[in-house]
Amino acid sequence: MGIGLAFIIVLGLILFAYIGTDILGLNSLFAIVIPYAAVVVFVIGFIRRVIKWGKSPVPFRIPTTAGQQFSLPWIKYSKIDNPSTGFGVALRMFFEIFFFRSLFRNTKAEIMNGKLFVGSNKWLWIGALAFHYSFLIILIRHLRFFMLQTPWCISVIDSIDSFWQIGLPMIYMTDIIIGAALLYLLGRRIFNPQVKYISLPSDYFPLFLIIGIIATGVLMRYFAKVDVTAIKELTLGLAYLKPTVPEGIGSLFYIHLFLVSVLFAYFPFSKLMHMGGVFLSPTRNLANNNRMERHVNPWDYPVKHRHYEEYEDEFRDKMKKAGIPVEKE
Amino acid sequence: MGLPRPEELISKVNLKKMPSRWWMDTLPVEFKPGFYCYGAKGKNLEYVNFPNARDFHVTDEDWRLPDDWKKIVIEGIKQRIERFRTFHVFMDICVRCGACADKCHFFIGTGDPKNMPVLRAELLRSVYRKYFTTGGKLFGRNGGARDLDINVLKELWYYFYQCTECRRCSLFCPYGIDTAEITIIARELLNLLGLNTDWISGPVANCYRTGNHLGIEPHTMKSTLEFMCNDIEDITGIKIDPPINKKGAEILFVTPSGDLFADPGIYNAMGYMMLFHEIGLDYTWSTFASEGGNFGFFTSMEMAKRLHTKIYEEAKRLKVKWIIGGECGHMWRVWHQYHNTWYGPVDFLEEPVSPITGTKFENAKSNKIVHISEFTADLIRHGVLKFDKSRNDNLIVTFHDSCNPSRGMGLFEEPRYIIKNVCNHFYEMPDETIREQTFCCGGGSGLNAGEIMELRMRGGFPRANAVRYVHEKFGVNTLANICAIDRATLPPLMDYWVPGVRVSGVTELVANAMIMKGEKERTMNLRMEPLPGKEEE
Repeated sequence: MGIGLAFIIVLGLILFAYIGTDILGLNSLFAIVIPYAAVVVFVIGFIRRVIKWGKSPVPFRIPTTAGQQFSLPWIKYSKIDNPSTGFGVALRMFFEIFFFRSLFRNTKAEIMNGKLFVGSNKWLWIGALAFHYSFLIILIRHLRFFMLQTPWCISVIDSIDSFWQIGLPMIYMTDIIIGAALLYLLGRRIFNPQVKYISLPSDYFPLFLIIGIIATGVLMRYFAKVDVTAIKELTLGLAYLKPTVPEGIGSLFYIHLFLVSVLFAYFPFSKLMHMGGVFLSPTRNLANNNRMERHVNPWDYPVKHRHYEEYEDEFRDKMKKAGIPVEKE
Repeated sequence: MGLPRPEELISKVNLKKMPSRWWMDTLPVEFKPGFYCYGAKGKNLEYVNFPNARDFHVTDEDWRLPDDWKKIVIEGIKQRIERFRTFHVFMDICVRCGACADKCHFFIGTGDPKNMPVLRAELLRSVYRKYFTTGGKLFGRNGGARDLDINVLKELWYYFYQCTECRRCSLFCPYGIDTAEITIIARELLNLLGLNTDWISGPVANCYRTGNHLGIEPHTMKSTLEFMCNDIEDITGIKIDPPINKKGAEILFVTPSGDLFADPGIYNAMGYMMLFHEIGLDYTWSTFASEGGNFGFFTSMEMAKRLHTKIYEEAKRLKVKWIIGGECGHMWRVWHQYHNTWYGPVDFLEEPVSPITGTKFENAKSNKIVHISEFTADLIRHGVLKFDKSRNDNLIVTFHDSCNPSRGMGLFEEPRYIIKNVCNHFYEMPDETIREQTFCCGGGSGLNAGEIMELRMRGGFPRANAVRYVHEKFGVNTLANICAIDRATLPPLMDYWVPGVRVSGVTELVANAMIMKGEKERTMNLRMEPLPGKEEE
């Protein structure tokens, strides 16, 4: 539900930035005020959210175990999927965060002729991995807009990304990959009936927003001739807290920047916070060692339970008759 | 049981066809017979001091709720958000990627989209958003938020009692969102209003009073065990005197009361006693700690703790050194992941060491409770037990991993090692249906009631489907498991989907093959059926 709504909102945002800059000429609003505000909202919102989660304690240690437990010495146990040590947990989290290990397990269930078939299904894993890594690399690439001298590591990433030297300007692989990944992620929300049914406007919105960001970025780089020097002057000004609004930057850039600002500001209030939340998920970030090491619940409280004495009082006669030992004769 | 034939039951399920109306618009929920448990009886709720104790009739228009029920639920959510990081994070970070959707046995068996784990969680998440998030307050339905009203409450009740807390979805979730945790908390909220089922609240009240779900009183427990021992004597010629409430025994043995009551659990209970007798274990049963299972866990954490406490209390009173736990699913989830936190530090017991083999059970050194499969596997590894595997030769065995020991513990190799040592014919079901990916029996978390047989047969379909596969391919006729709920739910599931497959505890298989010192020539198995090759005698 809500795909149209999300689409219209993103279109509206684009139009808003266009009117704001091209027609009303509010360039400094879009070049300075909104980006700064967005970053502030992002940083504060992100931290606040993580602190809020962190304030909720972890009363029980309930990892989802995905492999053999540590038990008898001659049984090989799953050190990563069912870690019993902190190091194992670190490895599990590493694979979870960098390789989406749980998603890698994904399967597909189908019923045919009254029988159930469960098969491997790696598409979502591939799509998710492609999207996230492309996004990360694109983000890193953009750092050169915010530094006077491009550090060598960013140049290296840049040159690897543009390894296929097709035409000029050179085409970044990540631009193609992220486009394909986004279309796949959007496509499954439209064509996979289960995913379509569970989708909310807040699922389509970030997709359209990021598609908008990528599209305007690609347009600027490969098609529209934008004044990169002027843009870099602006971004450097932002980064070094000496904001200026150079002349000659087209509204295409402002639309791009505005959509990015919206993404930043929207982030802490949305499902995009899964980026922070995945680190805090107690089913993944705890060791399966409850019987070896006691986990303490900070809000534990005594509960009313039945004591043996009450039990024996109720059943003493029957117990004695049956020859079961009792405490009080 | 008044169900359509198996092929008809599943032929109408279409996992790809979703309702035309959006899920928020399909209220009020239709209470379909066969899909919901009967409501709790007032006396059972009252016995354990649950709020709003009254006879609860699910299909009544008026659920007789307290006037401020909405406030109670909202406050309840707030409290749990502040108490459980799981719940708090899980309410916020789901991206609705749908990876969990077709992992749920209830979704596969019913095709009802609200049985997709993501949507089951959204039922509650939508309420959370409305009252606790800015987006939900601002954007309402478009923000995925909705008001809590009586129809929403009824929907929550209906669907959170259609989840067996098996955690299969949690395995596949990229953020580890655990629907079991959400269901546990949703049921806690429902229990604040006295919205429990008869099948859960009855055993809870029983367990509080008599120590076990079935309400077995001490003298009955004793006579039941003695009755089993008579059968053991008939089969093996060996007389066993079961130790009951014996002070100073080395080990307290606790198992689910289901093993004392019904076929085929009773054969497992016989097996325990034969095993312990054979190795000369100094152990005791307790008539009060006569239940390892914990239906309280299906109502609230607090109730679970109230019921489970008696086990350590009894260990203390009887002055045992440590505890062995029998074959059970959720009992082991509670013991493994919760009990040490609730009751510990367990410093009045000793770190478990097998008195027979000298093995230190390192993995249980803090909570001092060893799983019978760990204990038995260690015995076999040390060559303590002698087996005549041919006694199990008529059994072609596969092993069903129970959800809780699988995804809440990771007990996979121990029972397999045991089975391979006592049976000649063992075949695994397909990889996607065993170990951590195992499918639920369809009746866990208190959903093994008779009145929801249709739901159980549907939910158990993925499991049964895999059994049918090995039944047809290898002639499998025995479904072994280490869970008392399985032993209760799988027989009807097999009768319905895969007739000709019987259900057996692992210890039953052990005891059947075990050559006991001084036994007579065995002609019968524990079920008093002739052993293979002894049919004519």
